[in-house]
Amino acid sequence: MSIKDRLSGNEAVAIAMRQINPDVMSAFPITPSTEIPQTFSSFVANGQVDTAFIPVESEHSAMSAAIGSQAAGARSLTATSSCGLALMWEVLYVAASNRLPIALALVNRTLSGPININCDHSDSMGARDSGWIQIYSENNQEAYDNFVQAYRIAEHAAVRLPIMICQDGFITSAAVENIELLADRDVQGFVGEYHPESYLLNSKQPLAIGPYAVSAYCMEAKRAQLEALKNAKQVTLDVAKEFAALSGREYGLFEEYKLADADYAMVIIGSAAGTAKDAVDQLRAAGQKVGLLKIRLFRPFPGEEIAAALQKSKVIACMDRTESFNGRCGPLGAEVKSALFDAQLMPPVINYVYGLGGRDVTVEDFITVFAQLAEIEQTNDGGKKYRYLSLRE
Amino acid sequence: MAMDGNKITETVSWRNITEGCKIEAAGNSRLFNTGDWRVDTPVFIAEKCRQCLLCVSVCPDSSIPVDNYQRGDFDFMHCKGCGICAKVCPFGAIEMKMGER
Ligand code: SF4
Ligand code: SF4
Repeated sequence: MSIKDRLSGNEAVAIAMRQINPDVMSAFPITPSTEIPQTFSSFVANGQVDTAFIPVESEHSAMSAAIGSQAAGARSLTATSSCGLALMWEVLYVAASNRLPIALALVNRTLSGPININCDHSDSMGARDSGWIQIYSENNQEAYDNFVQAYRIAEHAAVRLPIMICQDGFITSAAVENIELLADRDVQGFVGEYHPESYLLNSKQPLAIGPYAVSAYCMEAKRAQLEALKNAKQVTLDVAKEFAALSGREYGLFEEYKLADADYAMVIIGSAAGTAKDAVDQLRAAGQKVGLLKIRLFRPFPGEEIAAALQKSKVIACMDRTESFNGRCGPLGAEVKSALFDAQLMPPVINYVYGLGGRDVTVEDFITVFAQLAEIEQTNDGGKKYRYLSLRE
Repeated sequence: MAMDGNKITETVSWRNITEGCKIEAAGNSRLFNTGDWRVDTPVFIAEKCRQCLLCVSVCPDSSIPVDNYQRGDFDFMHCKGCGICAKVCPFGAIEMKMGER
């Protein structure tokens, strides 16, 4: 049974958290995610949840407290953005290597500098190799749905890794949209109670978590961690299937939008996918074979599946909402190109950087991209492989 | 993935290592070889030793075993070769040698 409402992305995630009723939330406010712990702490104050709320003094402490409480046996979560995630950096790796299924609501915001508080993906993309599962959302509904599914993926016995549910700062976090919520008891039934197999507060079983791993252990530990992360791919699909049965809303590793017969394909992450779909619709109405692939699961990266979905595309645009300063490509571009290379597919791939620091991106901008892809095919001239979209020259 | 501490060894494969290197047992730090990066090695000269046990109390790594008030040879699985024991011994019963042994 679904409940129709209109909520900001932040409120939607806070409501998912209330429905999950976790044991511990440790958080420190930072724009544009502040509203999540703020709304959730009112649920705590009103007695609507049983959660212990820890108002810590920094994001490093927020993640450290979540690690401590999760290790103790408590289902723990936090929320942050931008420099807050950067301050957690050191301990993000600890959460992952200790195999603690913490959930983090990330509201994507650029990393300074230049100092800017608006949306891009530089925060989560910087943390992409920290060992966390990363799932991205296009709109408020997806942010809510993804958060409801988060613990089922993270806590799965074959995975047991922390998970980051990302949505775009301000664009979805602050904008109010129509949304369908699940009933509290449906979310509770879906997520279930947390029963960790081993935890520090179990007096019957002495346990050391996070011991020093000398060189003789470190590589084996990392390889085992990688296996768990790889397992998250199938678990994400299995959980999505169950979620679809409950909600009627279907999710996969990524979304294909009019992609099957597309000559020109765009790969994109987050809220701009909605704008790009409008561009696809307009061009399709004009008879052009264009399509879109929207990333949902970025870590682990479903490279084989993405290459298979793009195999018919003649020219591809990879849209990166971050600059990774290697002079060649962004993180999405690098992943997609390596996936295509491994599948022995060699279409021209143009990597665009767009929307940095909250720069608006419009339907017209995306139509320009598709026009450039068509021109590349017609002229057989790839031109520059790494471009900035809508940049003042 | 509950396992007892003895199963985490330097020969364990990545498939069998405990999840996140968790150790589900207590009091097992002595099983871990942390002496493998020693560059100097203390040598115990038993004839010169008067069993004053000064060296035992200053060793930062508890690497000088004592049995019935008598110290024995070094525990090289944990000794870091810092040389404090040799410095403190009043009777020249410990000499530092270069190398790992
Ligand atoms: S060399 Fe250092 S670590 Fe080794 S036994 Fe002497 S005091 Fe202890
Ligand atoms: S300090 Fe020297 S003499 Fe005293 S117990 Fe140690 S080795 Fe023997």
